[in-house]
Amino acid sequence: MTSTTNTPEDRLPAHDDAPERTEGQHPPPRPAPSWTGLAVGAVGLLVLLAGSVVLAIGLGPSVISPADTARHLWAALTGGTIPASEVTVQQIVWQVRTPRVLLAVVVGAGLSLVGVAIQAMVRNALADPFILGVSSGASVGAVSVSVFGGLAVLGVHAVSAGAFLGALGASALVYLAARSRAGVTPLRLVLTGVALSFGFQAVMSLLIYLAPSGEATSMVLYWTMGSFGAATWSTLPLVAVAVLVAVVVLVRNARRLDVLSLGDETAVSLGIDTHRLRVGLFVLTSVVTGAMVAVSGAIGFVGLVIPHLTRIVVGASHGRVLVIAPLVGAVLMVWADLLARTLVAPRELPLGVITALVGVPVLLTLMRRRGYLFGGR
Amino acid sequence: MELTLDRLSVTANGTTLLRELSLDVPGGGVVGLVGPNGSGKSTALRCVYRALRPHTGTVRIGGDDLHALPLRDSARRLAALTQENTVDLDFTVRELVALGRTPHNAGNQALSRRERDLCEWAMERMDVARLADRGVLTLSGGERQRVLVARALVQEPSVLVLDEPTNHLDVRHQIQLLSLLRGSGLTVLVVLHDLNLASASCDRLGVLRDGRLVAAGPPTEVLTAELVRDVFGVEATVVTHPVTGDPQLLYALTTHDSGRTTP
Repeated sequence: MTSTTNTPEDRLPAHDDAPERTEGQHPPPRPAPSWTGLAVGAVGLLVLLAGSVVLAIGLGPSVISPADTARHLWAALTGGTIPASEVTVQQIVWQVRTPRVLLAVVVGAGLSLVGVAIQAMVRNALADPFILGVSSGASVGAVSVSVFGGLAVLGVHAVSAGAFLGALGASALVYLAARSRAGVTPLRLVLTGVALSFGFQAVMSLLIYLAPSGEATSMVLYWTMGSFGAATWSTLPLVAVAVLVAVVVLVRNARRLDVLSLGDETAVSLGIDTHRLRVGLFVLTSVVTGAMVAVSGAIGFVGLVIPHLTRIVVGASHGRVLVIAPLVGAVLMVWADLLARTLVAPRELPLGVITALVGVPVLLTLMRRRGYLFGGR
Repeated sequence: MELTLDRLSVTANGTTLLRELSLDVPGGGVVGLVGPNGSGKSTALRCVYRALRPHTGTVRIGGDDLHALPLRDSARRLAALTQENTVDLDFTVRELVALGRTPHNAGNQALSRRERDLCEWAMERMDVARLADRGVLTLSGGERQRVLVARALVQEPSVLVLDEPTNHLDVRHQIQLLSLLRGSGLTVLVVLHDLNLASASCDRLGVLRDGRLVAAGPPTEVLTAELVRDVFGVEATVVTHPVTGDPQLLYALTTHDSGRTTP
């Protein structure tokens, strides 16, 4: 109704666009980076990522020099021969570390990407890939499978499959509970997601309480803090395809996401079917997040922070953010995983600990320095 | 392009927000909707820019049923300035204005030379060109409002619908905006709170109360002391503007329920 004009501006005692305001009070103009700048940045990040991957594959309990790592990778990729004395090293490089580091690349990119999409979908700066209950749903699925058995036909992948199904089930529940006659509004979606997350966590706690075994407890830690410890070549393809598809679909819809941030009514007046767009985003982000959680647990913070970090540097436009954010996320995740498995070796730190310890200060510093704004002053 | 509201009714949660509203906006004409808070002005506009589907009745644009058109087609004919003055992300002013081209371009297609010139023109018109590289979240409410109007102009609509466009604007920019609307040649349907500005800028006014159209016609016929008392519950003296001849209202702060003093 026309009566509700209580925007923050109205509550201020005086409008601040009075003529006496001088230019000096404004932050300096901040031209958006050019497209060539974006291309240079993307290529630079790709090179950085490739270097990080080789370095991370070389580092661990037995240190392999980057040159040797590259030689072994090359031999494995081209089917080249290596001396018999180096077969063990070859095994470590190709069978143990490469899938793990590549999984870090895929999940780091995917979480950042989904974070951008979810923040646009629910129009909320605090949203992350797990805000709609996907991670707690996945934990319930994984713990149920390990406590009750089931899905045994899937063998070693049973728990992952349970997590994936739990994630999808949770998403579906959140969607159905949030739906109203007016469609799915962003705030309703967030509130429902947060509420049901608590519900799922309660179910999980109950499961652990009823079946107290050390295994279940350590599993919960794994699902809630995340790890790439279970990475093998067979876990990689599915999640890699999911993330790749998401990159393509989201980049193609970049301008629609821009328009969505102007508000639903304005978006409709610009010809965007916001309901359909939001449902599409919901399905896409749920499936991709579910696929990631199933192989690595819920790694916190990356999906919340990388989108903001990226926007601080390249501006708000999704055409740029959706290209840069996955690369930044991938690089960060490779290093986070490296730290997690080397800092207190032979033990491993939960990944979520590293991502938070590194991410929080970086974000806070950048926010203070750049005067970052999201959704108001 | 003509815009016709034909017997629009909207109910929500058992409350009737709009009852059989019929209103014609002739091609190139400026029609204002006025009425007290909660009288259904914004609801009527929301039906026109398709944020809401009327339960009965139709909106016709250039003879076509608006709600039967694909969203994108109607967005090429009709642009809206909604009451959503908030933007989530810190786009630059230039980026935000360029989003007005969305219904005309496929996917992420880059703007053509002509479209970029169009954006510059719209920013000049709305007096925001010097802010082009600023983040929209650093702007004041009035500046942001002007950016959003520029975005609507860039859409190159035939029909422009605006919900309280003078909100947050200082008096100079209010006059500038309304003059622009008058001189644009666009078909304009606008909700205004300021009856004097409505009188000065509109060819015709529709007065809403409780979701019903209670008066419609040229400002000289509609804006009478009786109607203002009747609909808005205030005493006003109607005078004729010495230069333009438009009816203008003068208010006195004391009302009939005496005993209350203004702070």
